[in-house]
Amino acid sequence: MYRQKYIFLLPGLLVLIAVILFPLIFTIRVSFSSWDVYNPGLNDAGGAMYARMWEDARYWQALWRLSLLSVATVLIQYLLGFALALLVWRDIAARRFFRVLFLVPMMTTPVVMSVIWRTIFHESLGPLNPILEGLGIGAQPWLSHPGFAFVAVIIVEVWQWTPFMFLLLLAGLLSLPSEPFLAAKIDGAGPIRTFLSVTFPMMGAISVGAILIRAIEASKIMETVYVLTSGGPGTSTETVSYYIYIRGMRDFQIGYSAALSLTYLIIMAVALTLIAKALMRLMVRGAGA
Amino acid sequence: MRTLYLALKYLAVTLWSAFVIFPFLWMLSTSFKTQNAVTGGATWLPWLQFEPSLAGWRALFGGAGGVNIVKPYLNSVVVTGTASAIALVLGTLAAYGLSRFSFRAGPIRNGDITFFFISQRIMPPIVLAIPFFLMLRWLGLLDSLPGLILVYVAALMPIAVWVMVDFFNTIPRALDEMAWMDGCTPVTTFIRVILPNVLPGLVVAGMFCLIFGWNDFFFAFTLTFTKTQLLPVSIVALNSSVTPWWSLSAAAIVSVAPLAVLAFVVERFLASGGLKGAVR
Repeated sequence: MYRQKYIFLLPGLLVLIAVILFPLIFTIRVSFSSWDVYNPGLNDAGGAMYARMWEDARYWQALWRLSLLSVATVLIQYLLGFALALLVWRDIAARRFFRVLFLVPMMTTPVVMSVIWRTIFHESLGPLNPILEGLGIGAQPWLSHPGFAFVAVIIVEVWQWTPFMFLLLLAGLLSLPSEPFLAAKIDGAGPIRTFLSVTFPMMGAISVGAILIRAIEASKIMETVYVLTSGGPGTSTETVSYYIYIRGMRDFQIGYSAALSLTYLIIMAVALTLIAKALMRLMVRGAGA
Repeated sequence: MRTLYLALKYLAVTLWSAFVIFPFLWMLSTSFKTQNAVTGGATWLPWLQFEPSLAGWRALFGGAGGVNIVKPYLNSVVVTGTASAIALVLGTLAAYGLSRFSFRAGPIRNGDITFFFISQRIMPPIVLAIPFFLMLRWLGLLDSLPGLILVYVAALMPIAVWVMVDFFNTIPRALDEMAWMDGCTPVTTFIRVILPNVLPGLVVAGMFCLIFGWNDFFFAFTLTFTKTQLLPVSIVALNSSVTPWWSLSAAAIVSVAPLAVLAFVVERFLASGGLKGAVR
């Protein structure tokens, strides 16, 4: 009777092993070859690709930029998402309308919305600069200045993915038991005090989960950059994924991009594990050590 | 004090709503413009600020100066629908197996297998792009619908497993055991007794598969060229130095509209507490 248990697990597991695990192992082999347009196929290049990577400043800069971008976007998304979730949690008219509205951006196709954002940021024909001029701030060089282009990418990422953070945190808030809030009320605690000593501590584990899910997604950022700035001006908004894409799919340096992507995967997996451990210790009560 | 607090609250909600709606209003307005209305600077109101035109919308169906998005649209529907369905079936079966039976192969236990499934979400698509490219070329499936479906099944299944394992774990095992005593096999137990109890989970998992499948760009972009285009790829292809903003906006609206409706479904689940499992 228990023989039947394999009917459940095996189909999915085999598909995943065939489609993901084998290609990944193949990539390891490819990263030790110098496969490119001139030498197509597997040869033995030893660690030459990794040595080249070590010297490749553009790669390490892209990695540093990606870290900065991920930390900035996820932090902003968490603060805004939590604030929005608290705002439409209860005691507000038309809360279901606002909840639906706040969820909509995460349902939209990121690249398609990025194309629209590109027209919004257009320096002479887009609608953003006239609004800023109206507010007395003045027109800004949104996509032609490195700093502003970076901010533009952050704005689009925040617009697109704060809703996901909002969704997870609101679902968490709605699942909290009501007794602790009643107790706080009886003790005469104000809204700020209640948030600090009741709501926030109970939201610790959920916060960590939501931040991690978003951090995983943010570590892959590429499409927004591709559409919005193509990594520019220069290479000032290039993320790791996008740089590997240029090396692998555009220049067809298969061996080199395999080495770059495996290193990227390992660094991200280690970084995310460390972040997960640190957050657990910091934000979840009783999960220390 | 109380009024001030309320005023601030509504101000914050209104400001964020404006930010959320802003790009949608802009693309709606732009979709009715002509080249002259676009190059004349940013305007919002039809009739008052510019003469509206349906040129952008006509271009979607092969009109002048546009792209025909009907075929990419259908391709996207077929690929997303098929891949989501297969991923949901395989993912649900695997999740049930992992939640009910114990598997071991050497040092590998259930927890490790579950982690293997879910950890696929950590994988940046670019890492798999080149092996996928070579694999599909070897299979002769490059630039084809079956090739894309195969890739999307693998990309979406981890989502289905992630959501469904939690839902199955909330169903008491006693239910399975009762069905077995009544003479059901594990397979019939699963279909007749367990599945009806996890319908909300299936909806949530299916919804996430649809969202991530429909909205993906990267695999469609790297694994197809001209024969098989998906919707996001054909829309991004419009993005160049001389972008036709009007047909681009119209195309964006028809591409984004069907899933925006899902926001209502998700909100219903939120209100009824049906997303609790997904949070933990």
